[in-house]
Amino acid sequence: MDFLSNYDLLGAFWVTVQLTFWSAIGALIWGIVLAGMRVSPVWLMRAFATAYVTVVRNTPLTLLVVAASLGLYQTLGVSLTTDTTTSAIDITNFRLSVLAFILYTGTFVSEAVRSGINTVPVGQAEASRALGLGFMQTLTIVVLPQALRSVVAPLASVLIALTKNTTIASAIGVAEAAVLMKTMIENEGQAGSLVFLVFALGFVVLTLPVGLLLGWLSQKVAVKR
Amino acid sequence: MSGAPSVLYDAPGPKAKVRNTVYSVVFLAALALVAWYVFAALSDKGQLTAKMWTPFTDGSTWTEYLIPGLGTTLLAAVLAIVIALPVGAVFGIARLSEHRWIRVPAGALVELFRAIPVLMLMLFSNFFYVWYTDIDSDIRPLFAVVTGLVLYNGSVLAEVFRAGIASLPKGQSEAAYALGLRKTQTMLTILLPQAVTVMLPAIVSQLVVIVKDTAIGSTILSFADLLSNYRILSANYGNTIPTLIVIGLIYVVVNWVVTKLAALLEQRMSRRGRSAARPVGPASTTAVPMADLPVADPL
Repeated sequence: MDFLSNYDLLGAFWVTVQLTFWSAIGALIWGIVLAGMRVSPVWLMRAFATAYVTVVRNTPLTLLVVAASLGLYQTLGVSLTTDTTTSAIDITNFRLSVLAFILYTGTFVSEAVRSGINTVPVGQAEASRALGLGFMQTLTIVVLPQALRSVVAPLASVLIALTKNTTIASAIGVAEAAVLMKTMIENEGQAGSLVFLVFALGFVVLTLPVGLLLGWLSQKVAVKR
Repeated sequence: MSGAPSVLYDAPGPKAKVRNTVYSVVFLAALALVAWYVFAALSDKGQLTAKMWTPFTDGSTWTEYLIPGLGTTLLAAVLAIVIALPVGAVFGIARLSEHRWIRVPAGALVELFRAIPVLMLMLFSNFFYVWYTDIDSDIRPLFAVVTGLVLYNGSVLAEVFRAGIASLPKGQSEAAYALGLRKTQTMLTILLPQAVTVMLPAIVSQLVVIVKDTAIGSTILSFADLLSNYRILSANYGNTIPTLIVIGLIYVVVNWVVTKLAALLEQRMSRRGRSAARPVGPASTTAVPMADLPVADPL
């Protein structure tokens, strides 16, 4: 067991947490914007959002992450950072993978939010239209607040899936938990089974409290009807 | 609020029509700006010249790289779902067992494997095969990818089966017991066939997740699937972006077809009605409506 102290376990999981955190915030915003576009009165926005969701959610996340690195960075030279020190490549890869996670996870957030909009009774939107509210007002003041409260549980499973998906950032060399696991198993030989168990437990520790907490929250904020 | 668009806003009058047109034009301009930027950047790096795309009009690119790659991807996906289905069924049933010593360990295993990233499962399976088996290193990636997918999707499908069986009306098993069937007989001949019918759309959509997850193997285990071809092709022709676009489109088409299939199955079943006859009267509340079931998460 003592060889575990030779490695920066907490550091690797900290990178996983950071990847999850920034991707989750970005995906939540992007997902809500997409959902808003999909129910908007403007035909072009509906068409764009539908096409985007259909294409991106059917693309493997690995391909998006690889494309962000090979296509966006190495071919087109978009590096997402102005840093020029030796750590620039690490920052670039981190940000590119966060971008890929946001683009991908946003589609699942938008599907969840859209199903939440469908749970809001028709009368709510009708009443707000009767009061003279426009589309944006109806959506942001009346419908979305109720819709978001009813999708906490589905969003929690999206968040948990995102946490596990961040391991795919290892494909472009972001030093998160999966990379360290690979190194440790290679170094430790058949004691590697123990290493795998430690990392498995690490992910249980990351995802279980999130699931329980958000499950409790979804009960608490659910709209009583 | 189905048919949501018409509920969230009034039928546009003259002013709203003008406004919507303005929004459309602004949005189109924004899209065009992004498209132009991407286009300019691509052509600046010479990714749009005909030379970059001609490999895809050449038959040998398809017959030697893309189609065999797609075949490997689909092989891994089909193997994974075929093995994961019985595994999922066994664990789903085990979680519903009356015996605590079966129910609790099965539940713990399912929850554990659902919490571990597929990438780590594949990585560890690969090491496992290296240490304890003498599988040829050519096909070891396939074994590792399929094992990882089975471990993860087996536990996801276990939940799908459990929910499917729990959604059946209680009268089904009561009637079976009244006929003198044993617990195993009831499960295998009465409950499981109906649950599979109910959960078929969810099982088919899980296939999309599996197809997408096979791509993980190409980056960490050099699994020779569809995605892995980008290395060979872009090394040969220097056309990274066209290659990734073509490969991405193939994935999208395959997954789109599978999604449509799932939707078709769902439609067909709702037209036919539930396979399990709903009990009449107050007892009908025992069945959980499909909409409330936790459906496998398509991430």
